[in-house]
Amino acid sequence: MEFVFDWFRTLYQETGINLPFLYDEYDRNRMIGGFLTTIWLSLVCLFFSVIIGVIGAWLQGSSFKWTRRIVNGYIQLFRNTPPLVQLYFFYFAIGTLLPRVENDWGGQSPILGSFAWAAISLSFFAGAFNVEIFRSGIEAVPKSTVEAAEALGFSKLQIYRDITLPLAFRVVLPALNNNLVNLVKTTTLAYAIAVPEMLYEANQIWSDNVNVTEMMIFLLLAYFALVGVLVSGMNRWERAMKIPGYG
Amino acid sequence: MTYRTDLPVMLPVKRPEAEPFLGLKLWHMLPIALIAIIGPSLAFAQSSADGQTPFGILLNWAPLLLKGFIFNLVISVSAMALGTVGGAILGLGQISLFAPTRHGSWFVTQFFRNAPWLVLLFFAMFLLPFEINVFGLKIPFPDWFKAILGLSLPVMANVSEIVRGAVRSLPSGQWEAAESLAYTRLQTLWLIILPQCVKRMLPPWMNLYSILTMATVLASIVGVNEVMTLTGQALASEGGRPDLLAPFYGFVLLLFFVYCYPIAKFTVWLEKKYAVIT
Repeated sequence: MEFVFDWFRTLYQETGINLPFLYDEYDRNRMIGGFLTTIWLSLVCLFFSVIIGVIGAWLQGSSFKWTRRIVNGYIQLFRNTPPLVQLYFFYFAIGTLLPRVENDWGGQSPILGSFAWAAISLSFFAGAFNVEIFRSGIEAVPKSTVEAAEALGFSKLQIYRDITLPLAFRVVLPALNNNLVNLVKTTTLAYAIAVPEMLYEANQIWSDNVNVTEMMIFLLLAYFALVGVLVSGMNRWERAMKIPGYG
Repeated sequence: MTYRTDLPVMLPVKRPEAEPFLGLKLWHMLPIALIAIIGPSLAFAQSSADGQTPFGILLNWAPLLLKGFIFNLVISVSAMALGTVGGAILGLGQISLFAPTRHGSWFVTQFFRNAPWLVLLFFAMFLLPFEINVFGLKIPFPDWFKAILGLSLPVMANVSEIVRGAVRSLPSGQWEAAESLAYTRLQTLWLIILPQCVKRMLPPWMNLYSILTMATVLASIVGVNEVMTLTGQALASEGGRPDLLAPFYGFVLLLFFVYCYPIAKFTVWLEKKYAVIT
């Protein structure tokens, strides 16, 4: 590895193409940390947004008028307002209302940090889209299938969990992929509340080294690769989950 | 469109009407917005020590914030116009018969579609010069113009995909019929294919516009004086009172909701109207 690092150091000295995260250990650790934070934030948001989508879609099929209305209100509110303002609203407005706790150094710190708020806000944002996506999938499941399950004595929850959802899931995978890719791209917004993710760390590095162009191009390629890996993985999953003779 | 028949045939499945937002009609949004802003400020008129309630302060700042919001809309409309023109060219490039053009357009589209909006915005902000020299004439490149360029890049890529998808969704019979009537490729595209595509492209295009409008607040991160920046400045000049945070950010949320919700409703209506009965 040392050989590679030295090569990039020489590259900088010879050509002026400065990629400090490849030869400087401090910058390298920052960049790797940022990369891992981006991935971790994406995974947490993916998980919770899918959970919100599944539960929301189930509540939307509820027979209580007000449950449906509240879920609808949630969807419309989160779909039609900018995610960045939502993030600010959660972090600054709600975050300051919560009680503060004592941290290790004896100071006062908020009960939830910027990472937690970013995860919460982005999960709710992506979750609103996921509810709609799952609902469209549930509508695609034939009524006779549900009736057959009812005739076999399944309860409402069992029908949703064992019959409707597995079928709907396969129908909505392409739309879900699309939304999840969007979610990964939206994690860059966490930069605004100083979550140390990839964009934030890249910003720190280019502020220290004045190499905006190189960092920018690296950043674009890094996100391109990250999204590429996610898309190819999801496509493979889509193919594996395909129902034979359906669609 | 529904078919009336008394024959024993399967009728088209009727899509259930989407529940309106909390059972409200569209025009109800306006009075609610007014009540939400003015109501509390009247109710708590004399509750604070200096006689100014959070909502009273918000009311003082509202004209400035509204001006900022209008600037957001200007950015969104310009970026949409630029992106649509670029995207239409790129989209037609994607269905070109000339392989290098097709592959090149495909790559550019995928690249800008897969990059986060914020990164592209940073890209435009930091890598474009602040002024350009054309034959000794200095043309300044202000921040907001760079923001428009940066936002129009992802719009371009998305429009390109919309165009490609719409052209691909037309039955191939259309192309073959045009060919048998001796239309050239250009004529086929311009006179037969694209006019039919407009209908299909309109709903996703409007969806994209609504997404773009919500993305214009990103420009605040790179220092353009739009509604989010102004909100931050207003909060700072009021001394960073924590009780002001919720009303101010809530107000910005409300502004965007009032603007984007009707667009979303209209898009759904258009989708239903143009839906192809299969």
